[in-house]
Amino acid sequence: MSKPENLLKEFVAEAEEIIENLNQNLLAMEATEDKTTVRPDVLNAIFRAAHTLKGMSGMVGLKKVSEISHRLEDMLDNLRMGKLPMSQPVMDTLFKGMELLRGLIESVNAGKGEEADITPMLQQIQQVMSGGPKSPSSAGAEGIDPALLKVLTEYETHRLNENIRLKINLFEFTVRFPLETFDKDLAKLNTKLQSFGEIITTLPSPGMSPEAGIVFKLIIGTKTDLKTLQSQFSQDQLEIRPIGLKMERGRSDESVVPAAPEEDKGSGSIRSITPTVRVDIGKLDTLLNVVGELVLNKAVIGQISKEMSHNQGFTTTGVELQKAYQALDRRVGELQEGLVEIRMIPIGQVFDRLVRVVRKLSRELGKEVDLQISGEETKLDKSMIEEIADPLMHLIRNSLDHGIELKEDRLKAGKPEIGIINLRAIQKGNNVVIEVEDDGLGVDLAKIYKKGLERGLLDKNKEYDQRELINVLFTPGFSTAEEVTEVSGRGVGLDVVAKNISKLSGLVDVETEMGKGTKFSITLPITLVIIKALVVRVGTEIYAIPLNSVSESLMIQSKDIRTVEKREVTRLRDHTLALLRIRDVFHLPATESGEDRLYVIVVGLAEKRIGLVVDAIEGQQEIVIKSLGEFLRDTPGIAGATELGNRKTILVLDVAALIEEATKTHFSEKKNDPDAKKKTGQPAVI
Amino acid sequence: MAEYNFLVVEDSPTMRQLISFSLKRLRGARIVEAGNGVEALKKLSENKFNLIVADINMPLMDGLKLLSIVRKDPNHSQVPVIIVSTEGTEADKEKGMNLGANAYLPKPIQTNELLRTVKELLKIGD
Repeated sequence: MSKPENLLKEFVAEAEEIIENLNQNLLAMEATEDKTTVRPDVLNAIFRAAHTLKGMSGMVGLKKVSEISHRLEDMLDNLRMGKLPMSQPVMDTLFKGMELLRGLIESVNAGKGEEADITPMLQQIQQVMSGGPKSPSSAGAEGIDPALLKVLTEYETHRLNENIRLKINLFEFTVRFPLETFDKDLAKLNTKLQSFGEIITTLPSPGMSPEAGIVFKLIIGTKTDLKTLQSQFSQDQLEIRPIGLKMERGRSDESVVPAAPEEDKGSGSIRSITPTVRVDIGKLDTLLNVVGELVLNKAVIGQISKEMSHNQGFTTTGVELQKAYQALDRRVGELQEGLVEIRMIPIGQVFDRLVRVVRKLSRELGKEVDLQISGEETKLDKSMIEEIADPLMHLIRNSLDHGIELKEDRLKAGKPEIGIINLRAIQKGNNVVIEVEDDGLGVDLAKIYKKGLERGLLDKNKEYDQRELINVLFTPGFSTAEEVTEVSGRGVGLDVVAKNISKLSGLVDVETEMGKGTKFSITLPITLVIIKALVVRVGTEIYAIPLNSVSESLMIQSKDIRTVEKREVTRLRDHTLALLRIRDVFHLPATESGEDRLYVIVVGLAEKRIGLVVDAIEGQQEIVIKSLGEFLRDTPGIAGATELGNRKTILVLDVAALIEEATKTHFSEKKNDPDAKKKTGQPAVI
Repeated sequence: MAEYNFLVVEDSPTMRQLISFSLKRLRGARIVEAGNGVEALKKLSENKFNLIVADINMPLMDGLKLLSIVRKDPNHSQVPVIIVSTEGTEADKEKGMNLGANAYLPKPIQTNELLRTVKELLKIGD
């Protein structure tokens, strides 16, 4: 391996600096009256110095420096973790070790190589270490919240426990810094905090942005009380929260208490520092409903404010009301965002379940497969996570059963023996895309065409493109499996997957290549509960269209509409856009508006794009989707109901279902087919 | 030519230089360096990266916190992260992997090993 020329020089310079620091820290340590209460941050700095020296010297091939610093590091690790008590022999060893390192580095720098015998030093370290590794003094990590434990290093966990054991006050400092200067701001705060106590950890919070800056939470152990801290830090824009129950306990527990229960209390009190609380999702639902109502109330106030300024012009009360409305709008927005955020859980929970299923299935089917997972951190609304599990399970089963070939066939096709299924979650704006991709057979379009004809789903006089053929896969009761298998041939087809996903306002997309594999992509909104919607009017009826599926809106005249193959279309730039008149979908009476003006709301994703024709666009609004209840639950084209600010209940359009409706092939549109009805359980027409 | 933006987070300047030096052997590599987690966050707020190499044990903010925040940030959550650390810190290494690190390399870093891992994560052919 070639190295930069000046690497050794660099190393010497840095090593000298490290040793100089080490020396100063050791002197500072020795200067303290009671050497057993060494400042933990100083000790940790010494440990880190040895640690760095070890890593560096290993890289430049200095064996002796590496060996010494390695042993010193071990010793220092035991010291900082409370496994080895500080004593004079330990101190002496540290000083001697440091001198030896300094000598070695000097001789390397002088071009003489590592000129020294390190054996006595190694023996000395050994001896000091055998002086009895005392068991870790802290209660262990049982009481600490796993979420916090996940990001704390072992050392930080130990320090946290030590602070609790020693009944030192713990505080959580929450501070927000602008993005441009946060590094300097944080360094400044750190310096200031260090004069009050120990910074146990610095935790960044997600969501840094130019507008909001970045939030850090610091956990501090200090003997100073809350009041003093608050007055000392009153200039800084930060929140201080005591954690643990130390202060109350201090009063009631003055008397000597047995050690064991004390330990319990220690680990018990740490629970309150954990930043998490378990909450029943039902309670969150209730809260979110309340927020939903609040959103409606807010809309009512907005409406009144608007009417007031419209009717009375700019009056003082009107302007005040407008201001109050805007403040309310912001707060409600924050409240809602916060609640939605609480409901978010990582999709990894579902992925874990799928891993088990894949293992089981691959055994049953005798197909070896490597399930590769990524993006498991991606968050989705808890209720969506529950709903997405089954469709995902189905798609993976499908990939394993129909996609991945048997071992022999794979080898014949020149593929690796073990099949690969990729399961990915990616966040894209307000959507989450989940992909299930296999490197198997791919979808055999010719086979679909044949089966489609057999089942009367396709017309042999018509030409179909790839997309139309793939859409047949999602038709009720369609399966190309030669024989029904244990795994996926249960009469439940991809139609159920598509239906379940469209219930979540999601869309399914398929990409496939013969012999190469298939990719199913599911696009879901992050949450379903409160969404932005476009409010439109058809005649006298008002509908809401979820904004996440709207790509643009156009104004056209009736002469812009042409009819191709009995379907209405219009030009959208270079493309032909299929149109669907909402009036026809819901069999609304025709109304004469007098004006020849129509609005087209372009909805959908990728190639699956259609235009919904409406009479007018009323505006954009946040809506809270409520389910329709038993009676209308499976009404095609309707996802739910919502209320507007004027207290009028309106229906929310189910975009996925409408797209399906518009892109359906002619033959599958047999609405009176009793068989199809039975399978989907849908009422044929509303 | 494809360009790759790397963020190297390591508190020791010598180590940092060595890692950067190794990465520069990839065609189109552009390297940004940071000396600790906070500096890295600063760089992340200014740039997008194709890959991050981060030490675990660092002052001010260590690699675990950095990793946890990278994975939660919609702008960077998909960036592959390689964590590097010395032996003897197995528990922290495991935490790193649980927090979503894509790979772990023990120090001292071997150039070939690092390059192989980077190529694998970025799907760069030879």
